[in-house]
Amino acid sequence: MTPIVLPSYLDQSAAVKDRFDRLKQRPVSLEVKHLHKHFDSAGGQVTALQDINFKAYKREFVCVIGPSGCGKSTLVRILAGLETPSSGSVLLNGKAVTGPGPDRGMVFQGYTLFPWLSVKRNVMFGLIEAGHGKTTAEEQALQWIELVGLSRFVDSYPHQLSGGMKQRVAIARALANQPQILLMDEPFGALDPQTRAKMQSHLMEIWKNIDITVVFITHDLDEAIYLADRILVLKAHPGEVNEVIEVSVPQPRDPSQLLSDEFLATKRRLEELIHPEDDGDELATDKLNMVRMVHVNDQVPSVF
Amino acid sequence: MSSSQWLAVRKNLPAKPRAMVAFFSFLLPITIWCLVSYVPFLWHPMVEIQDKGGVAYFKSGMLVERELFEQERLTAIENQLQPPSGIRTNPIYLPAPHEVAVALYTSFTTEPKRRSEKWLHESLWESIQVIFWGFVLSSLFGVPLGILAGTYDFFSRLFEPFIEFFRYLPAPAFGALAVAILGIYHQPKIAIIFIGTFFQQVLVIANTTRKLDPSLLEAAQTLGAKNKALLFKVVVPGVLPDLYRDMRILLGWAWTYLIVSELVGTSSGITWFITQQARYKNFDNVFAAIMIIGIIGLSFDILLALIGKKLFPWQKAQ
Ligand SMILES: Nc1ncnc2c1ncn2[C@@H]1O[C@H](COP(=O)(O)OP(=O)(O)O)[C@@H](O)[C@H]1O
Ligand SMILES: [Mg+2]
Repeated sequence: MTPIVLPSYLDQSAAVKDRFDRLKQRPVSLEVKHLHKHFDSAGGQVTALQDINFKAYKREFVCVIGPSGCGKSTLVRILAGLETPSSGSVLLNGKAVTGPGPDRGMVFQGYTLFPWLSVKRNVMFGLIEAGHGKTTAEEQALQWIELVGLSRFVDSYPHQLSGGMKQRVAIARALANQPQILLMDEPFGALDPQTRAKMQSHLMEIWKNIDITVVFITHDLDEAIYLADRILVLKAHPGEVNEVIEVSVPQPRDPSQLLSDEFLATKRRLEELIHPEDDGDELATDKLNMVRMVHVNDQVPSVF
Repeated sequence: MSSSQWLAVRKNLPAKPRAMVAFFSFLLPITIWCLVSYVPFLWHPMVEIQDKGGVAYFKSGMLVERELFEQERLTAIENQLQPPSGIRTNPIYLPAPHEVAVALYTSFTTEPKRRSEKWLHESLWESIQVIFWGFVLSSLFGVPLGILAGTYDFFSRLFEPFIEFFRYLPAPAFGALAVAILGIYHQPKIAIIFIGTFFQQVLVIANTTRKLDPSLLEAAQTLGAKNKALLFKVVVPGVLPDLYRDMRILLGWAWTYLIVSELVGTSSGITWFITQQARYKNFDNVFAAIMIIGIIGLSFDILLALIGKKLFPWQKAQ
């Protein structure tokens, strides 16, 4: 078998390169500067994030990827204002983020719809908090619900919805406040592959049509490449930026690109970054200790 | 159904066997009671004298222990007197089911024998009022304090250490004090129910409130909700179903405090009815009253459960 020769993940077609050039001309939407985060735990201090620096431009789609425990959730929670950084700053349109607020919408990994409110009321929640009257809030909520295709379920309660539908409502709820940035922490992590693919397409559609910057956390390589303009790759212990990858797969995306050369090249690069070959002794201790197992009367002597 | 289906770990039985087992949970104790009452050789440790024979101190209708009866019978035979006769029976404190059933019926239909006695339903009504006011007053303060303590660490630190201390003080111990302050009628009784319920209530509700999924609060914050909105639009509705369930359990506890509270000041209510009837050895009435408490308690709880289903339609069917 001859190895497939892939282009470098850095190779960009003229159109893609041109797009990135223009993208970087846009105003900066989100800027993270020298961000550190330590947690005090029983076993001593844990450094979750170390010197994170990045910018997201207006209407850019940024994915953050990294092994589990590398601080992805911590990062997005700091961006949302739910966690305070140990040092460093987060600027949204040049203004420092100090706490949670409706200018940053958030979709969580777990289902966080209010179970006591109908779909419509869930979406209205932020609008009412923003001071809209009931009728305007309802009107707008219905539009957002229509946008995510759930008009038939406006009066349903969250427990009557499937996982994918719940996350669609959560997206509508986050968008209803017309935030400048949408933060998503592994929002499709709990969905089955088909639903997940559908949700990714939905999200792309929404992103194309609304004036919004997206920061999307995932640990799924395909998802990151399929969705992102740029991918922020983190590494663990401590959580640091490993590389920022400009995805060379042309926009607009569609599922047929999943096997394109650019896609596979980028994926191979991500594999290298996230699962490095020589991880030294870490890998050795990771192996199962099967040596001492004694085979007696195996009906099938080998699985190969 | 195989035994593995009957005893599947954390799986509901199918509807029909489920109802059947629930039925058995009542049938079983009643059957045991019937057997003990109606099958003489199972227990029946006493003998009811029918003919006193040659035993001077026996009277017809008197209950004596079986050994004593046997002894006296042998003595009588030895002394060539007429032996006494009698039938085996249960002690007076264990009336048979039909006697209790009759007592249940008559307690509502016939006037009490003595002038000072109250009808059963009058006694019950007094008790229900005491419970009601004790519980309502306790909830009026306990629920808000519990929610506050569960939401804000400040209030938790402020209330809970003292309440933790106070809840170990037995409520009945305050009986004399309550009478001294509040007089001898309903008020001290209500106070005992209040003391017995309130402190537990604050702690239980604070804990329930703390169990609310914190990500709901975070979601609300990212939607722009601030302190007051978080409390009234997220915490309160979020804990309501669990709080309602807590209240049902607490109401059950309040019933147990009723018995003590009614011994304080002038005796009244169902407890007084029970002690009074026990004094006159009307144990059928005692059992009837105890059963009424059980029936009222259970039906009220079932009613509350049904109301709960209507109130909280967003709760998954359980
Ligand atoms: N509240 C916390 N207290 C202590 N340690 C924490 C806390 N939150 C996260 N951590 C630690 O920070 C690291 C990063 O966690 P997290 O951001 O959840 O990672 P990821 O989302 O990438 O899986 C982990 O080692 C985790 O144990
Ligand atoms: Mg995470």
